[in-house]
Order: sequence, then structure tokens, then C-alpha cells
Amino acid sequence: MAIESLPLSAVRATLEKGRSPWSLLPPMTAIGLLFYYPLSLIVSQALTSNSGAWSIAVARRTLTSRLFRRALARTLEIALSSTAGCLLLGLALALVVSFVPFRGAALLARTVDAFLAFPSFLIALALTFLYGSAGIINAGLMALMHTSVAPLDFLYSPAGVILAEITFYTPFAMRPLLAGFATVRREQLEIASSLGAGPGRIVREIILPAAVPALLAGGSLCLLLTLNEFGIVLFISAKGVITLPMLIYEKAIQEFDYSAACVIALVDIALSLTLYALYRLLLARSRGGDAAAL
Amino acid sequence: MLLHSRSVRVTAWGVLAILFIGIFGLPLLMVFLSSIAGQWNGIFPTGLTLHHYVTAFHGATARHLQTSVITAAGASSLALVIGTWGALANRGRKRAVSRVVDGLFMIPIAVPSVSVGLGLLVAFSRPPVLLNGTAYIVLAAHTVIVVAFAYGTVSSGLARLSSDQELVAASLGARPGYVLWRVTLPLLRPQLIAAASLSFALSMGELGATIMLYPPGWVTLPVGIFALSDRGSVSEASALTVLLLAMTGAGLSLLSLARSRAPASH
Repeated sequence: MAIESLPLSAVRATLEKGRSPWSLLPPMTAIGLLFYYPLSLIVSQALTSNSGAWSIAVARRTLTSRLFRRALARTLEIALSSTAGCLLLGLALALVVSFVPFRGAALLARTVDAFLAFPSFLIALALTFLYGSAGIINAGLMALMHTSVAPLDFLYSPAGVILAEITFYTPFAMRPLLAGFATVRREQLEIASSLGAGPGRIVREIILPAAVPALLAGGSLCLLLTLNEFGIVLFISAKGVITLPMLIYEKAIQEFDYSAACVIALVDIALSLTLYALYRLLLARSRGGDAAAL
Repeated sequence: MLLHSRSVRVTAWGVLAILFIGIFGLPLLMVFLSSIAGQWNGIFPTGLTLHHYVTAFHGATARHLQTSVITAAGASSLALVIGTWGALANRGRKRAVSRVVDGLFMIPIAVPSVSVGLGLLVAFSRPPVLLNGTAYIVLAAHTVIVVAFAYGTVSSGLARLSSDQELVAASLGARPGYVLWRVTLPLLRPQLIAAASLSFALSMGELGATIMLYPPGWVTLPVGIFALSDRGSVSEASALTVLLLAMTGAGLSLLSLARSRAPASH
């Protein structure tokens, strides 16, 4: 039997038929029902009074409360410090992995990738074994100094949360940096070096300028993730360290005050979406390629 | 290429190794040590035992394991179907339309998980749909949280896929459904596996939304781990964490296997 092929335009038309506007309807309905409908209810609950009329009374009361303002300041403090830490550490690690090559560097990069899918509370749990009041370091110091008071006492404070977040989120800063460094041309470094530039100068004048978009993209991603971090703060459960996600949890689950929780959630969501838009913009600029998962 | 003197290079590697082991290795080692510690009062644990793992497979914690695996499997399947369908349906549309659809599918990634939980709590505690207090609301939350990853992974695969083979199949008379099932989806197999295993791993570790929503009869592993560590049963918490990591790791190795394999040949 001879194979009879159809004209190309007819073929395209049949394939396109599968792409009628209606084909988007089922997945959009699913995501609308599970995400956008609840989101709209957060907005409406935040902006209505108990009687159901539009009102900003609850919002104003919540947003001017000392509790909220302290949580916002604390969240920003933790997120900004953690992000700065992640960028510095990520930059140092990525520089060595990329430019001082060794066998196993690829494996190391893949291990870093695996870290991205681990739950963050793992780190908080682990740090209590290291630096907690009964942790290995305090036990060692106590034995050494013959005292029964734990000398190292920073874990249950903002500093402990920041340390945990730097540990967990550094791989997120490293990933775009490794991708960015991969595009730096090796010949350029060799030439600069043969013309007498030292490693410090090469990093400053060739590598860093090329890595600026990746630094910005990694930085905004880290900022987004650290602003929204919940597991670490919950597990360390430091006294007085209340961040916005923690406050939402406390208002909704412990006080059953859904309206206040929705107001805080609204602020948190607005902040996150702004940062996410910035991140997508920077990422699109830093590379054309694999924007895949995040 | 950056550092030419061998001694300086070795120093750089040494610093790198210390940083990596100190920052990433040591915490993991601590959790593992604690999970096999009979007692841990001094610097090092004493009386190493597998007891905590044995208890992990009995009673309440065994149910947490089961709950998490069922939830993660369900949520990643749902997310895979929704995400893949969305990505396929969005293919070849006008740029303006496709960017809006992209945005709508990716935005859930940027919303804090606690807020996703709060939204579902508010939405499904009232008519018309009452899901609060059931396992389905946890499933819904996990699906929302991972769907963007599934969509993103499949769409980036589609962007790199040339439509030649599909056109050839269609020109030989294959109907659109047949082309989708026998050509497009097999070509996307690496991305589908990657999306499924990433979704599974993320769902296994989800805490923020779950803790807002879980009914007493549907306690996932992370929530169970938190309850244990909050009660001071840190060794049991560590053993469960190690099991959680093992399952997440198994899912992820599937992912790296899928990445390293070339696109399917048929």
C-alpha cells in the first residue's frame, strides 16, 4: 500500500485543532479552583468587616499593630542578612568550583542541586545538634571550661535563624552563579593572566562583571525564599523571633483570627509577587536558556 | 586556570572542602548520628542503636510515612496531569496569550506556602465545597505547591522540542490524539519523569501549608517530625528525617537518571 501524505497546510490545521482555546479550559479551571479562588477569598476576607461590607478597619488595625510591624521588621532583617550571607558564600564556593577545576566538580554541582529539593527544617533540626544548648559544640565547650552553663547561646535568636537560612539557601544562590560562570570564556582568563593580571584582578574585572545578572537573579530568589521561610523558624522556635509567615500561622491556627491572618497574608503575598516578578526579569536577562523549574 | 601555583590551588580546594563539609555535610551527619544514638548527653552519642528506625515503622509514625507517600504520589500525579495539559495546551499560541498563561501557572510558586494553606482553609471551610478536616484539602495544597514545577519543567521541554516528528506523523494520517500519545508524550518522557520526581520530593517535605490544614487523621511526615522534636523526642524525629531524606533522594535519583538519558528514541 502506498503511503499517501497529506498537504502540509492540512496537517498543520489538524494538529492545531487540538489547540483550540477550549483545550486550556480544564487545567485553568483546576488551578483557578485550587489557587486563584482561595487567593481571591484572602483578598476579600482581608478587606471586609464582620457584617460583610467592604471595609479597611481590620486591615488598618492589623497593619498598625506593634506585633505586625515588629514581625515585618524581623522578617526583613532575617531575609536581607540571610540573602547577603548566601550571596557571599555562594559566590566564594561557585568561584572555586568553576575556576579552580578538580575532579568531581560536576558531582559536587549535582549534589548542590539535590539540596534544593530537601525540606528546610532538616537544617534547623541539624543545627540544634550542633549549636543547641545540649548540642555537640556546647557539650565540648562545657567539658573544656568545666561549667554547666552552655557558653554558646545564639541559636534561639535571629542569628540562629539567619545561620540556618544561609546554610539552606546558599545552593539556591550558587545555581545561577554556576550557570553564569559557565558562560565566561576561558580564553579570556588565560589571556588576562598571560598579560600579568593576578587572580584578584581577573575576578574583579572579568568574572564579577559577567556574573552580575546571575548574582541579582540568585539574590532576588534567595530574598523571596527567605522572606517566606517557615519550617526553619518553626523548628528553631526561638523566643521573640516572629516572622510574617509565623504570624499568619499563629493568627489563623492559634487565635482563629482569619481576618487578621488574611491581612498579613495579603501583605506577604504582595511582597513576594513583586520580588518574583523582579527575579523573572533578572533571570530572563542573565540567560536565555533553562529557566525550567524555578 | 585562575590560580596557577599548585599550592594556592590546593589551599583553595582545602577551604572549599572544609566549607562544604562544615556547612552541608556536618548537619546531615548530625541528624544521622542522632537517629542511631541510644543516648546523647556528652559530646558524642553513646549506645548506638537501630531502635528508632524500628519504632518508626510501627504505630503512629508508620502512618505518617504512609500518609506522606500517598499524599506525595497523589499530588505529584495531579500536578503532572494539570501541568502537562496546561503546557501542551499553551503551545503554539500567540505570544501575548502564552505569556499570560505562563504567568498564571507559575505564580503559585511565588506565594508563601503558609498563605496557600490559609487560602484553602478560608475557601473550603464554607459552602459550596467543604473539604476542611479531610485529607483532600492537604492533597489540594500539595498539588497547588508543586504544579508550577511540573508546568515549568514540561514547558521548558516543549520549548526545545521541534515539531518535525509530529508533523511527519500527522502527514501520514495520524489523528491529533494519536500524535500526542505516540509522538509528543514519548518525546517528553525525560521532562515528565523529572517533573514527577521533583514534585514528589517537594511534596514529601512540604510543611508550611500542611501545618495550616492537616486533619488529626492525616498527619504527614514533616508535621509528625515537628511534633516529635517539639516533644523532645529528637532521636525519633531524626530517624524519621533520615527516612524522609532517603525517600526524597530515591525520587531525585530518578530525576538525575532522567536528565542524563537522551530523549526517548521512539
